[in-house]
Amino acid sequence: MTAVLELRGLQTSFVTPAATIHALRDLSLTVQRGEILGLVGESGSGKSLTGFSINRLISPPGRVTEGEVRLHGQNILALSEPEMRGLRGRKIAMISQDPMMTLNPVLRIGTQIRDALLAHEKLDKAEVRRRAIAALDEVGIPAPEDRLSAYPHQLSGGMRQRVAIAIALLHQPDLIIADEPTTALDVTIQGQILALVQRLCRDRGTALIWISHDLAVVAGLADRVAVMYAGRIVEEGPVDDILDAPAHPYTQGLIASVPVPGQRGGRLQQIPGRMPLLTDLPPGCAFAPRCPRATEACATMPALTPVNSTRAVRCVHPLIKGAEA
Amino acid sequence: MAEYITRRVLQALLVLTVMTLLVFFGVNVIGNPVYIFASSECDQACLTAIIKDLGLDQPIWRQYLTFVGNMLQGDMGKSFTHGVPALHLIFERLPATLELAFAALVLALVIGLPMGVYAGLRPEGIGAKLIMSFSMVAFSLPVFWIGIIMILTFSVQLGWMPSVGRGDTVDLGFVETSLLTLDGLHHLAMPAFTLSLIMMAMVIRLARAGMREVMFTDYIKFARANGVTERRVLGVHALKNILIPIVTVLGMEFGGVIAFAVVIESIFSWPGVGKMLIDAIAVLDRPLIVAYLICVVFMFVTLNLLVDILYSLLDPRIRLGGGRA
Amino acid sequence: MSAVTTAPAAGSARDLTRRFLSNPGAVIALIVFVGFCIAGFGAPWIAPQNPYDLRQVDILDSLMPPGSESFTGMTYWLGTDGQGRDMLSAMLYGIRISLVVGLASGLLALAIGALVGLIAAYRRGWVDTVLMRIVDLQLSFPTILVALILLVILGRGVDKIIFALVVVQWAYFARTVRGVALVEGARDYVEAARGLRLGGMRILLGHILPNCLPTMLVVATMQMAMAISLEATLSFLGLGLPPTRPSLGLLIANGFDYLQSGRYWISVLPGLVLLAIIISVNLLGDRLRDVLNPRL
Ligand SMILES: Nc1ncnc2c1ncn2[C@@H]1O[C@H](COP(=O)(O)OP(=O)(O)OP(=O)(O)O)[C@@H](O)[C@H]1O
Ligand code: SF4
Ligand SMILES: [Mg+2]
Repeated sequence: MTAVLELRGLQTSFVTPAATIHALRDLSLTVQRGEILGLVGESGSGKSLTGFSINRLISPPGRVTEGEVRLHGQNILALSEPEMRGLRGRKIAMISQDPMMTLNPVLRIGTQIRDALLAHEKLDKAEVRRRAIAALDEVGIPAPEDRLSAYPHQLSGGMRQRVAIAIALLHQPDLIIADEPTTALDVTIQGQILALVQRLCRDRGTALIWISHDLAVVAGLADRVAVMYAGRIVEEGPVDDILDAPAHPYTQGLIASVPVPGQRGGRLQQIPGRMPLLTDLPPGCAFAPRCPRATEACATMPALTPVNSTRAVRCVHPLIKGAEA
Repeated sequence: MAEYITRRVLQALLVLTVMTLLVFFGVNVIGNPVYIFASSECDQACLTAIIKDLGLDQPIWRQYLTFVGNMLQGDMGKSFTHGVPALHLIFERLPATLELAFAALVLALVIGLPMGVYAGLRPEGIGAKLIMSFSMVAFSLPVFWIGIIMILTFSVQLGWMPSVGRGDTVDLGFVETSLLTLDGLHHLAMPAFTLSLIMMAMVIRLARAGMREVMFTDYIKFARANGVTERRVLGVHALKNILIPIVTVLGMEFGGVIAFAVVIESIFSWPGVGKMLIDAIAVLDRPLIVAYLICVVFMFVTLNLLVDILYSLLDPRIRLGGGRA
Repeated sequence: MSAVTTAPAAGSARDLTRRFLSNPGAVIALIVFVGFCIAGFGAPWIAPQNPYDLRQVDILDSLMPPGSESFTGMTYWLGTDGQGRDMLSAMLYGIRISLVVGLASGLLALAIGALVGLIAAYRRGWVDTVLMRIVDLQLSFPTILVALILLVILGRGVDKIIFALVVVQWAYFARTVRGVALVEGARDYVEAARGLRLGGMRILLGHILPNCLPTMLVVATMQMAMAISLEATLSFLGLGLPPTRPSLGLLIANGFDYLQSGRYWISVLPGLVLLAIIISVNLLGDRLRDVLNPRL
């Protein structure tokens, strides 16, 4: 069975007359049907950019300069723009970070749902209405008929995110990219949204890429996790294995900085230093300036190397025996 | 909301009162209309009679009160030169001016909006540079000069366009219009275009700025990520957002356009209220001058009031916020 | 402490001048503008004729095309107008009046507006609220409407048009200066100056005002272009200047009657000069804005 999504050696760059910045490099990933992949990393590591590279919505001067994005085995980077539009929302859907910003402030909820429906299906007015109500109902929005004529600002943040999720689910896509959809919400609502998305994806076998800078969120949700640092994947594998025994020093640092529930007052170990700017990357491993295990050997870029049949790590001195690059 | 509207109405009334005071006192301090009516043989008794007839023997505040009282009953005095009620003259000429201003408004939108949207979508292109230069020129050059050059080129040199008057009009029973005859439209084209230039420049700038801002918003990305067609993304999702400020500004400017019609009507001998004002100033026809100024100020203040209220009703984002910042 | 209280230097004057001059368009605009200034202010000495001295004007020479020679042997390089005035001389005097009106009204409006803006920014509170309400009201009225009303009331005259132009312009300056002054007032060195208990006036004039200057210069340049254009428009309508002091706008109006008969030069030549002045001032303003980079 082919994977729903396969990224191969993806490189995304911002090309201006002044400079070329490679924001994503050598990015390879696989997501199977029904699988939830957590994509974690610090701010600026390239998580959102990965999402937008997949559905080809990077704003210029950015563009994908190398590699392939395979959807069910087909390289969609080779598609024409109209063909690509036909996939967006139908095969690949997105939910993004800020529910205040993802819905158009001057269009009614009903109009926005209708536009998303009519983008891929020919429906008459009554059908549009029925489908819209059903979609809102499914994500647990009370009195959906009344919401159709509402404007986004009349809904709470949680409700808006539910609307965005309803829109993403309209066409039963094969893949949903959720870019930190709960960060802007308060904790109880975060939990509800998380549970909702998880249930809907499990029920339908939808593959899900869940982007987050919070390892704790991903831990409870994802099947597998990919850790990004400065535009590259540094470790990838089943979420439990990685949490139990991280192979990359950066992953270890991330785990150590996650607050443990119920254990108050314990000092978190933040990773010292900051992620380097993309314009100012050290040669070799980008984590080297902050890495406690760094040696001279780290000045050449290690490849993403399999640790076992399910895991891979990009490190010269990994924390797990038998995985030396 | 009700409180906002009340406050806004009171504010408008205050402005109107101040303006009537200013206009009335100002205009009644210049010149002495008695001599327009008095023949050279007129003796003191005859002069006194004329003064009494015109109500000029009363103290000025008395004259003002009488004036306001009459005005509220739709009487703004008789034109000295025409011998008919000033308001009557204004209403006779107003349709021509409104027609001109309305045509200019339509031209500004129809030509300016696509230009601004285009410049906003491709801000670096040569087309955008040309459009922005055009907008700068249209905005900063004196409009009367552009009108003169148009007459010189299209009327005097090429002989394509008429430069005087309204052409054939159609009597609709309550109003005459040149919008419905070819000859009328032919006559309307140059003055309306000239009058539209300033508004057009504004529409271009607003549309460009709005477009540049809106295209980077999350909700436009979200609409695209849902597969909404580019035409609908631009034509509805983006346009509706930029249209609100544009329509607001145009509404606010409309009073200014009517005032500016004075210039255009003088150049193209357009038989509207503006031309009448210039003629009235030349012969010091005070009631007519006062009536014109009060009418234009009234239109302007009322329009602003309406736009403000409409704006607060139209933009769903501020509807609950009550008033603009 | 003294180091903190000095305002930050915004690039040396020489550096700014060099950056300004690095743009060919700006240099040309500057040359054109300075040229017109010299021509206008030197009019009484340069002009072949004093066009408003009736003894020097011969009605028999009216409506002569450019390059014609008069009865007395004088060449009318730019032709004559309906009264037989030498167009070149009339235009030189016209430039003078247009520039005087533009500069004088701009400077006066700047002074008044800056004062109001500084007071509003410095006093804050209700003073600020009231002043800014007035500014908003003034700005909400179309300039042409305000100018029309004032000139209808006041009649013609150089002083009157300058007054009208000041009234329509001061509010722009007030708002801009207030904005800049509010930002500047919150800066460290001003806070430090307050800490040193320097008087309000000294802080305003010594610290805040100098930092508003770049912005004021840019706005003033743009406003001057607008003022010259508006004055021409009003004079064209016969509302601004008296026929004895014709500006470029009035010259264009005088020539307008002859346009249909093909005697284009009476209108078009002063129009071209007006155009050149307005565009050059606009370009100067644009360049100043790029170089000084004020907070607008
Ligand atoms: N227009 C641009 N020009 C140059 N670089 C850009 C541009 N847009 C984004 N980048 C770079 O791309 C990198 C990845 O950004 P991205 O938004 O994917 O980060 P992220 O991991 O999603 O962070 P966050 O957690 O803050 O959302 C950033 O480091 C940024 O510097
Ligand atoms: S490659 Fe070297 S520097 Fe990079 S993470 Fe591994 S040990 Fe640290
Ligand atoms: Mg992001």
